Amino acid sequence: MSVTLQINGVQHQLEVSEDTPLLWVLRDHIELTGTKFGCGIAMCGACTIHLDGQPVRSCSMPVAAAVGRQITTIEGLASNAAARAVQDAWDELQVPQCGYCQSGQIMSATALLSENSSPDDAAIDAAMSGNICRCATYPRIRSAIKSASEKLS
Amino acid sequence: MLHRIQSSPAATMRTSRRGFLKLVAGTGAGLTLAVNMPAVAADSSATGANSAGNVDVHAFVRITPDDTVVVMIKHLEMGQGTFTGLTTLIAEELDARWDQLQPEHAPVDTARYKNLHWGAQGTGGSSAIANAFTQMRIAGATARAMLIGAAAELWQVARRDISVSQGVVSHTASGRSATFGELATAAANQPIPAQDSLRLKDPADFIYIGKENLRRKDTGKTNGTAVFTQDIQLPGMLVAVVAHPPRFGSEVTGFDASDALKVKGVVNAVQIPSGVAVLAKDTWAAMQGRDALKVEWDHSQAYRGNSTDMMADFRKRSEKSGPVASSRGNTSSVLGQAEKVISSSFQFPYLAHATMEPMNCVALINDTGCELWNGEQLQTIDQAVVAANLGLPADKVKINTLFAGGSFGRRANPNSDYVLEAVQIARQVKGTPVKLVWTREDDTRGGYYRPAYVHRVEAALDADGLPLAWQQRIVGQSIAQGTAFEAFMIKDGIDSTSVEGAANLAYSVPNLRVELHTVKLPVTVQWWRSVGHTHTAFSTEVVIDQLAKAAGKDAVAYRLALLKEHPRHAGALKLVAEKSGWGKPLAKGHYHGVAVHESFNSYVAQVAEIAVHEDGTFTVEKVTCAVDCGVAVNPNIIRAQMEGGIGYGLSAALMSEITLEDGQVQQSNFHDYQVARMRHSPQIEVHIVPSAEAPTGVGEPGTPPIAPAIANALAAATGEWQTVLPLKGARL
Repeated sequence: MSVTLQINGVQHQLEVSEDTPLLWVLRDHIELTGTKFGCGIAMCGACTIHLDGQPVRSCSMPVAAAVGRQITTIEGLASNAAARAVQDAWDELQVPQCGYCQSGQIMSATALLSENSSPDDAAIDAAMSGNICRCATYPRIRSAIKSASEKLS
Repeated sequence: MLHRIQSSPAATMRTSRRGFLKLVAGTGAGLTLAVNMPAVAADSSATGANSAGNVDVHAFVRITPDDTVVVMIKHLEMGQGTFTGLTTLIAEELDARWDQLQPEHAPVDTARYKNLHWGAQGTGGSSAIANAFTQMRIAGATARAMLIGAAAELWQVARRDISVSQGVVSHTASGRSATFGELATAAANQPIPAQDSLRLKDPADFIYIGKENLRRKDTGKTNGTAVFTQDIQLPGMLVAVVAHPPRFGSEVTGFDASDALKVKGVVNAVQIPSGVAVLAKDTWAAMQGRDALKVEWDHSQAYRGNSTDMMADFRKRSEKSGPVASSRGNTSSVLGQAEKVISSSFQFPYLAHATMEPMNCVALINDTGCELWNGEQLQTIDQAVVAANLGLPADKVKINTLFAGGSFGRRANPNSDYVLEAVQIARQVKGTPVKLVWTREDDTRGGYYRPAYVHRVEAALDADGLPLAWQQRIVGQSIAQGTAFEAFMIKDGIDSTSVEGAANLAYSVPNLRVELHTVKLPVTVQWWRSVGHTHTAFSTEVVIDQLAKAAGKDAVAYRLALLKEHPRHAGALKLVAEKSGWGKPLAKGHYHGVAVHESFNSYVAQVAEIAVHEDGTFTVEKVTCAVDCGVAVNPNIIRAQMEGGIGYGLSAALMSEITLEDGQVQQSNFHDYQVARMRHSPQIEVHIVPSAEAPTGVGEPGTPPIAPAIANALAAATGEWQTVLPLKGARL
């Protein structure tokens, strides 16, 4: 089918079967490779993007479900104040190790702070436990979210 | 922009019997420096001046007229921080500005870029800083001396009156100064200073080594721009997804691709030794094509066993004596006569590495050669294996090393498993680049696990409660057997990676005997972050805790009494006891457990604080860690690696397990191969033992102590030690 997608504020028109997961449309068709493939079943969070500002796992969302909605990927975060605070805190605290999961972590953290500007540990656990990091950068992610939260408030 | 170096050597100069430096200068390309280094180990002194060198040539520093210092990194950046660590060493002796340094992965070139601990190009064993500490510093110091030489000639002043700081070369008396970039071309024409004329910095003068404020150099990881193998897109590239054998040892007898080829985007299906690959224009099509493929498998030679029986068999073997890995005194007769013997059997499952980036590799093969894009961890071996497979000379196999989305040992496969798979597909579509993509299910079920083991330990105490004899039998598969590593990892039938951490038990025990039963099974196994120490640290640190309790002694004091010959173990242990508040009252329902273990010449002690909840489950609340890794080159990265090592070990301690039923791996993805998530992650505090010893690695040594520290904390709560991993009762 022919679909029109709004990705990072830009309109893209492409031919793709409607059940193609959004992840593969982003990565293979639009060549926005910052969004990562980790598990394919929404269990690891590496593919997290924002759909109308809400975090979703793009590996398990058919592209048809994203039509007419605002898709934001790690590449399109620049205009978002919460995202900038998150990315700055990530750099400041040197969160990433291998870095493969961090796009997804940042997308989840940004969504969290957009909803709740001062999350406590339980809120961080709830919002971030869908994002696996095998380098186990979790303590730094937690600190960075708190640091970004302080800067935002 | 960076200039590419031409391969016309402008000057070569032998500088000493121990080594030579080679200069390669391209027209207008600035300074390229090649430093020869020893074939064995780098100088082990902390300052490392005047390290020996032989006949090898390395190229590590390239200063370009635009004032960039390109640093060639011979090790794989997989999250452990080697881009930052090796750059720090060069920057230190070069007196470069931190932001002008630009690391790049080195190409495959074993002569230049070999790991000095191995003699082959590759990354592992927590050896990057340890093998390259002096080598990189000499490279930096040499480049600095040549920049000074260029300035001295240009300004007609004495070298000794020239200083270098933050990428600027200055002559104070005349007020002259120049940037590295301005001097780069002239420096390239300078004679190479004799290696023993170089004076490496006194540690007191370090500006980068040991400092806290350095930004990591593996950038692009917070904005999606860092490029991993998964992100490679080449013109005309096809994506390959493979139907792999459902059992270890199953073989393809035929396949029907007609349905697969109906999937839009699927263009081909080819048989390879490890299955059938579906090739498509994009990843989703390849995945769907693979699912639509009908493959007939011959299971007649396949492994059909199950984990329960395997463990029962291992336990049976542990009852009997086996080949001796180490022995002192007369363990069996002392054990036979002892009044008090404590016996424990331990069980460890297979573990998958479960890197976030599943295995993948891009290969392009044509009539003249092969080019690979990979998170490449064993350049020399992969190049040789691929060249042999294709019937090419090794130098026709080019490898582009990319950031790896984790490895934990997995990408260092001695059989080049997934790399060869990519090659075997790509050779059937010559001229077309192929990206092999493993799904998470392929990755989880693809073997090359941390081997399953059983340990049986019997220890006797003397009247004072001190260990008199310690007998340990280890049963499991060999990692090195049948690989290129066999020659130097297996001696007299003992695979050192099966017994490391036990055969060299640090505790003072007069009678010690460690035996190994090596079991042959078709399930493929491989090193997994900290290798043998993943299991030996657990059994030894649980048993020592059991002995302390039997002796009625404090677990830290008991260990310290037995570590008088091992001051670095003791140092880490004392520091962690102090920082964790060992022995002080904890909150209600909270318990401490301790463990200390040396691996890869680094010494790590950890205290785990657990909370036992009303429903009987427990959580790990806090881990205090002390590490002695010699000179701390990048304290922040050391802390990060301890945090990561603890988190990685936490998964194995609490939840991860690969099991087999009728030869089939029961787990497939993160829903059933569980790993630690944010909600499981404890607060972690890392303390570094001040040290002037030669620096050692930190990628692996943080992992071994966490599981026994947790088990010992649980025993403090319940009075009983769990000896089967993963531990039961964690709140997941």
